[in-house]
Amino acid sequence: MEAPTPHGHSREVINADGLTRRFGAFTAVDAISFSVFAGEIFGFLGANGAGKTTAIRMLTGLLEPSGGRATVAGFDVARNPSAVKRSIGYMSQRFSLYQDLTVRENIAFYAGIYGLKRQEIRDRTATILGRLDLGHAADQQIHSIPLGWKQKLAFSVALLHQPDIVFLDEPTGGVDPIARRQFWDLIYEAANEGTTVFVTTHYMDEAEYCDRVSIMVDGRIEALDTPGELKTRYGAATVDDVFVRLARGGERDAP
Amino acid sequence: MSSIVVHELSKDFGHTRAVDRVSLSIDDGELFGLIGPDGAGKSTLFRILVTLLRPTSGRATVDGLDVVDDYRELRTRVGYMPGRFSLYEDLSVEENLAFFASVFGTRVEDQYALIADVYRQIEPFKKRLAGALSGGMKQKLALSCALIHRPRVLFLDEPTTGVDSVSRRELWDLLHTLREGGLTILVSTSYMDEAHRCDRVALMHRGRLLGIDTPEAIAGTYDLPLFAVVGAPLHAMLRTLREHQHAKTVYSFGDSLHYTDARADANPDELRRWLSTRGFGDAVVKPINAGIEDVFMSRMSSEVR
Repeated sequence: MEAPTPHGHSREVINADGLTRRFGAFTAVDAISFSVFAGEIFGFLGANGAGKTTAIRMLTGLLEPSGGRATVAGFDVARNPSAVKRSIGYMSQRFSLYQDLTVRENIAFYAGIYGLKRQEIRDRTATILGRLDLGHAADQQIHSIPLGWKQKLAFSVALLHQPDIVFLDEPTGGVDPIARRQFWDLIYEAANEGTTVFVTTHYMDEAEYCDRVSIMVDGRIEALDTPGELKTRYGAATVDDVFVRLARGGERDAP
Repeated sequence: MSSIVVHELSKDFGHTRAVDRVSLSIDDGELFGLIGPDGAGKSTLFRILVTLLRPTSGRATVDGLDVVDDYRELRTRVGYMPGRFSLYEDLSVEENLAFFASVFGTRVEDQYALIADVYRQIEPFKKRLAGALSGGMKQKLALSCALIHRPRVLFLDEPTTGVDSVSRRELWDLLHTLREGGLTILVSTSYMDEAHRCDRVALMHRGRLLGIDTPEAIAGTYDLPLFAVVGAPLHAMLRTLREHQHAKTVYSFGDSLHYTDARADANPDELRRWLSTRGFGDAVVKPINAGIEDVFMSRMSSEVR
């Protein structure tokens, strides 16, 4: 069942094998199996209630699987969740930087949590401010800067400890169309540097930017391939058309 | 006849101007979209129109009633679905609905025909607590509650945020059904691709309106040559195209790039040849019509300058 290795990526950063999560009689995630490779941008799509969030919580070591297994960055999510957490970056739309700390203070705070040394913190801060072109706003409090900047900063902070893989849960929701594209430039940069990117989105044009996408329906992965292959297979013009066709087959409206 | 009239409306929060001299007029029975990213001022404008906030300056009327002077009467004429779920999580589906009906002095049975299209989809779960509903079902319950007193004007603040592509389509289908029944609907969204489901739209950014018209007319205002460019690898091609001396903007759009040339007489064949000399021999360049998102980005960046 091993999927072909895309773009010559070889090292598996995520391997899920029959990963399952039940809540009482309800099976939220139903024996999903897939691999994600180093440096890949992997789009994790699905309708609301399809089980995406539950799957992500298991893959990030926050929720114990009911069955099957998964390794992330080489660590078993059930047996070694704290090693998983140390090896990953995580950012969600609701992930909030501290609103009343400045840009610079937020970077220093998270760098401290990740155990970076003082000199590293200085260097990393300068790199981030330069890359995001935020030097002029370094001493502004977070609540006073635009959402698009916050999201880019939150992404850079999630990468501070140079994790193997970063999980992005709807990172661009509500962001203006230019900032949304700038955010994807950052994703490409990170992937080019070897970071694996695992991303969810409801903007279907963004699904086209991924190396591969999976589409979850009712707890199972119904399709997994490159956007181009999916469109060919389903005779669809866009990944959105593929998504609509598969998701309409879904029965459940999860609680 | 105009259902909503907004004249030079502004709202300040301290030193921040959330809504900046907005004027617009929405006709009776129109499905009108307010399109813009988070922080554009959409929710603030909505709250003023449903009388939850007072404007700093300017005036607005809804269904002929002033949002400040006639706020009591106005509240009985509008339905409002805020962006954040705000029903009683520890009441069941049917209890929530009965509560909202009683507040407005009506009964669910009397209004059933009005809400049937929406409510039927959640009726099998009517005994379930609202807090235990999925996102899609919560939204349908909130919409049922917003309709229960037969409002003349319906305000939906970002009903499709965080909602998957299929459920979004279903909601828009529902709004079209409601509009057929004569309701005036003002809906806000940050998804540019939803503009085409509206009769008319206003583009909003940083408190200001960047344009008001039908989606087709707004798209038609794009006045520079726009080419869709397809080729591989796409992201490398994007960086290369940005170095073209006449490139005005280059943005990714799904599986293609949208390239805008600064010259009115730009030629797609010339661009294709230029790309092939730079290692993109199989690039395809096609002139296309702009969409709302192209226009929004173009107007947004000229605002900044």
